[in-house]
Amino acid sequence: MTGIRAWGIDVGSSTTKIVGVEAGGTMCLHLLEDSEPRAEEQIVRMLQRAAAASGDQRVRPLVATGYGRKLVQQADRVVTEITCHARGAYRALGHGGTLVDVGGQDSKVIKLGPQGEVLDFAMNDKCAAGTGRFLENTCRRLGVDLERLGEVALAARDEATLSSTCTVFAESEIVSLLAHGVGVEPILKGLHRALVQRLVAMIHTVGLTPPLMLSGGVARNPAVARLLEAETGETVVVPPHPQLLGAFGAALVALESVGERPGKP
Amino acid sequence: MKALGDLRDYAVARVVGPAALRVQRWGNQWRAWRGSGWESAYLAPPLGVAVRGKEMVARHWLAGRYANRDRKVAWITSAAPVELLHALGFFIVYPENHGAICGAARVAVDLSCEAENAGYSRDLCSYARTDLGSLFSGRTPVGRLPMPDLLFACTNICQTVLFWYRVLAHQLRVPLVLIDTPFVYFETAPEHAVAYVQRQIETSVPVLEKIAGRSLGMAKLKETGTLSREAAHLWMEIMQRNAHQPAPISVVDQFTLMAPVVEMRGEPATVDFYAAMLREVDGRIAEGVGAVKDERHRLLWDNLPIWYRLKDVAEMLGAGGAALVASTYTNAWGELADLIDPEEPFESMARTYLYPILNRGTGHKLKTMRRMIDQYSLDGVLLHSDRSCKPYSIGQLDQRDRLARETGVPALLLEADHNDSRCYSEAQVANRVAAFIETLER
Repeated sequence: MTGIRAWGIDVGSSTTKIVGVEAGGTMCLHLLEDSEPRAEEQIVRMLQRAAAASGDQRVRPLVATGYGRKLVQQADRVVTEITCHARGAYRALGHGGTLVDVGGQDSKVIKLGPQGEVLDFAMNDKCAAGTGRFLENTCRRLGVDLERLGEVALAARDEATLSSTCTVFAESEIVSLLAHGVGVEPILKGLHRALVQRLVAMIHTVGLTPPLMLSGGVARNPAVARLLEAETGETVVVPPHPQLLGAFGAALVALESVGERPGKP
Repeated sequence: MKALGDLRDYAVARVVGPAALRVQRWGNQWRAWRGSGWESAYLAPPLGVAVRGKEMVARHWLAGRYANRDRKVAWITSAAPVELLHALGFFIVYPENHGAICGAARVAVDLSCEAENAGYSRDLCSYARTDLGSLFSGRTPVGRLPMPDLLFACTNICQTVLFWYRVLAHQLRVPLVLIDTPFVYFETAPEHAVAYVQRQIETSVPVLEKIAGRSLGMAKLKETGTLSREAAHLWMEIMQRNAHQPAPISVVDQFTLMAPVVEMRGEPATVDFYAAMLREVDGRIAEGVGAVKDERHRLLWDNLPIWYRLKDVAEMLGAGGAALVASTYTNAWGELADLIDPEEPFESMARTYLYPILNRGTGHKLKTMRRMIDQYSLDGVLLHSDRSCKPYSIGQLDQRDRLARETGVPALLLEADHNDSRCYSEAQVANRVAAFIETLER
């Protein structure tokens, strides 16, 4: 594969992603792996994979983002996820608004101006509630496959109320609900509701400017988007490859660093 | 034997200790002059006068080790009418400052654990836990704390001090004088509130005189008030010099250089110290030297410092070209200078100690921040949401929104604690600050 002009790598707490973009900022290659404890070794291996897949042996210019961004010694620059998600969302969707990113370790709300500039942001990085981990942990307890989580939750007719917003306590609450004979589907729906309400509270700290966009691995879960719409009354727009948005934005920042402007979606 | 012990303590406190500190200062000055010992790609070296400040503080705590031998000792809250106690010859200890020293020395968590193990909740102020832990364990980075003959607390900074000092009074079995300062809800305090505080200050005098073993001399009180006002004025002037670009003195430096105006106001040496600092700051302005080498962004800091990460925060910001130019916290020790009237000591003390920022509404703080944004040409605000200091942190979410909406200046909330490093997450703070600086650079 030829024509890749810039690269982005997002070393997240759950997954590590690499994206290559061609002129104009179109995504043309991407790799995704679960993050490993030996991040530096994984980064070297993934960059080798990217080089082999693209034929670009240098994999440069490269911009790194995510919690492990400083571990990417091969990077020309490190940039935070806030900037990268904003760039990625604007290139993918072509408008500003309010971007909600639900990652494995944190969740963030970014208010974007009409030109995709970051006007304000809020992060929940203190508590697992409102993050992908919240769902991941609890789906294990309920024996439901992570990929089917949203689908199962949406199929529920009833909804259990989970009073706890803490991941650890929610797990105990689930055990107790199961012991009382409550079904898996209502519990899952209640769980999604708890997560979404947490996100909505954060959205209100920066103020909701429509349209509402959703990114991060959790955006692949249809129940989150649906409940977010129900709670806010706004339509939720999910960009293509929502989980890759950070790496995509990083690649766009790299593209700008060599004097090229990303085009429109 | 006792006489020998007394002689040894006297020699250490008055001769050997001060001489050693002087030699240490000369060494520091020599290193500063040679430009060695300072390694930062982003920050200018601290002011030369800082070594003198360090010596003043060290001397104060050195004298404190032996103060119980020949002086009456008062433990006092940071914004209490200290002028009275100075005029009566008390040796003064500020437990909050001691707490800050423990925080900066990174021993606060160990000491807090002592208090927590004794049953004090981790939700209490970390200054209180640090100091109570120090009291229970006898450990302190200042060598030895003199035990108080008097506890003197003023409620104008928080309600915690009321309970903290009651615990101290109970533990140490010493008298507690409490000055209750009603909250100022509007622009000015009602006259009955001023009269109420004045009456409390006046009625405390006989108690203080009895403990001090001497009468309050009005001439001495006026002199102390004059010195206190001069020091506060100079401190205010120094902070106001940061209207210059680049800002000559970072707020991070102010956090440590404010120690004398907090714990030694009313003393002639404090006035001299700030006069020298002002000269040096003016020199920096004349030479175009900024506290951050490449100042591109000018920020406001709200709330107490994160004592155990001062340098790290400064470096983190400096790397992004961000200078902390103004702070509501350091400002609090200068903004009331005009209220001190040595000719009307009791009434002016009542007014001065009614108006600290924490004894006023959140609207007042918002107004102060708005004014600072204009006065210092600021382009961002960092609000330290301090888990320990609830009165300072309450309302910050609304203040953040209103600052962004009404002034267009972005503001960031940073969650931490002034002394308890268990409430501080390095990676997350660094991430938020880096993202904030990227936002400023758009």
